[in-house]
Amino acid sequence: MTAGGPPPVSPASLVPRQRSRTAWRATATAVISTVIVLGGLAWIIVHAPNWAEVQQDFFDGPIFWASLPGLVAAFWTNVKLFLIAEALILPLGLLVAILRGLPGPIFTPVQGLATAYVDIFRAVPGIVVIYVLGFGIPGLGIPGVPTEQFFWAVVALTLIYSAYVSEVYRAGIDSVHPSQDAAARSLGLSRAQSMRHVILPQAVRRVIPPLLNDFIGLQKDTVLVSYIGVVEIFRTAQIKQAATFNFTPLIGVALVFIVVTIPLARFTDRLVARDKARSGPGGGR
Amino acid sequence: MTADALRIEGLHKSFGTLEVLRGIDLVVAEHEVVCLIGASGSGKSTLLRCINLLEPIDAGRIFVEGDEITAAGVHLDRVRRRIGIVFQAYNLFPHMSVLDNVTLAPRKALRVPSARAAAEATELLARFGLADKRDEVPDRLSGGQQQRVAIVRALAMKPDLLLLDEVTSALDPELVAEVLNVIRELAASGMTMVIATHEMGFARDIADRICFLDAGRIIEEGPPEQVLTDPTEPRTRQFLQRIIEAGRL
Repeated sequence: MTAGGPPPVSPASLVPRQRSRTAWRATATAVISTVIVLGGLAWIIVHAPNWAEVQQDFFDGPIFWASLPGLVAAFWTNVKLFLIAEALILPLGLLVAILRGLPGPIFTPVQGLATAYVDIFRAVPGIVVIYVLGFGIPGLGIPGVPTEQFFWAVVALTLIYSAYVSEVYRAGIDSVHPSQDAAARSLGLSRAQSMRHVILPQAVRRVIPPLLNDFIGLQKDTVLVSYIGVVEIFRTAQIKQAATFNFTPLIGVALVFIVVTIPLARFTDRLVARDKARSGPGGGR
Repeated sequence: MTADALRIEGLHKSFGTLEVLRGIDLVVAEHEVVCLIGASGSGKSTLLRCINLLEPIDAGRIFVEGDEITAAGVHLDRVRRRIGIVFQAYNLFPHMSVLDNVTLAPRKALRVPSARAAAEATELLARFGLADKRDEVPDRLSGGQQQRVAIVRALAMKPDLLLLDEVTSALDPELVAEVLNVIRELAASGMTMVIATHEMGFARDIADRICFLDAGRIIEEGPPEQVLTDPTEPRTRQFLQRIIEAGRL
């Protein structure tokens, strides 16, 4: 793209001394305004009439440090849950997306089943799915069917999230222009080959950010399985809270999730930025 | 006596209530170059897409080298391997290198071993001045280079027939010549081609025969000199008059 007129003045086009002065001034302004705003907020909070009680119930240092090792150890269960579930969700979601897109009347029942699955598992609250699978099925006592709560927790999370993820994949597949399929088919590639080598690689690349977003959602939702008796980080914190009548362990849970999630969010941002840079000037499609 | 490279009989095609092709009859001999001209919407692109079976047809029959490709039970993918098509917007695969664009179909559809497919592709790319672009992604190439890669991609399948759908219409004027020269070379090498084009000068140079399409019918056809300079149909004359006024002939 070419724009008429002189190029806009950016810091990079200034002479070095001017640039360093501008940068210094911007940094100083940011620091001063941050100190004033955040410092002011902190002052207001700690001088509020009930601050002492709040601090005692939520931010108790000794309780925090005492509970942290146990929380981190219990978090390992959450990590196993979301890693195993995600490894199942990514292929299952893709399969459902492909089944929904199959052409022709012969595939109508398959399409219908896939659509019903997505509709149902997006509609039903996750906690209900977890509860029914985690308590209901082991309660039937059918021989050969696992009764372990962890197993059903993985199944429930996989079923819930595959429905969402299949919709993400489907949006990605739909975003690839039909002319790409026409080009592939015109060369004699079959529908499946076109999907595998031409459509899906482009579709998946485009939906990596929303997939990571769903992955973050999955990480957080692993705490829901505490309701069927899986002892994970939230359950562990609840036990500690009940023993001490203090909410600090739950603040610890919050911190653990923040520490894990923020790097993933920044990583997603970087992927998006990289994809933008790669599509080059003018954006492309 | 060999069969015609392409024979079309009574081809009809509608999109909803819009009848785009209203009975096309066309015969193209081996090594013949036929140019389709006509206003936008006259059915040129649709005709090419029907020949390649990218659009299902409503009525009529199409034969390639004597085999009916519109017969029931014909293997679509196998037919398309024999017919190359190059699109106005190139339609290269943006996530692959130039080399992979060219070798994908030979490797996957014809099961040519990778090394041989790569060697053949490299040779074809070199022949069309693209040797140094082999490992680039399409986005880094100029429009003319991209369109030449698209032509090479179609040629890599060794088609019996090549269809070109307004392949220079999306190009900057200074890039048109490099693509037209490639097509001239193909014509000289004996490739059978059906070319939809707005480049009248090019059509006059290269075509053995020109067909003028109007509202879904071929209403005039003949040698370039006759159709372009001494058309018999008033509609053809009208169309060419507008082209001349636009300075395109």
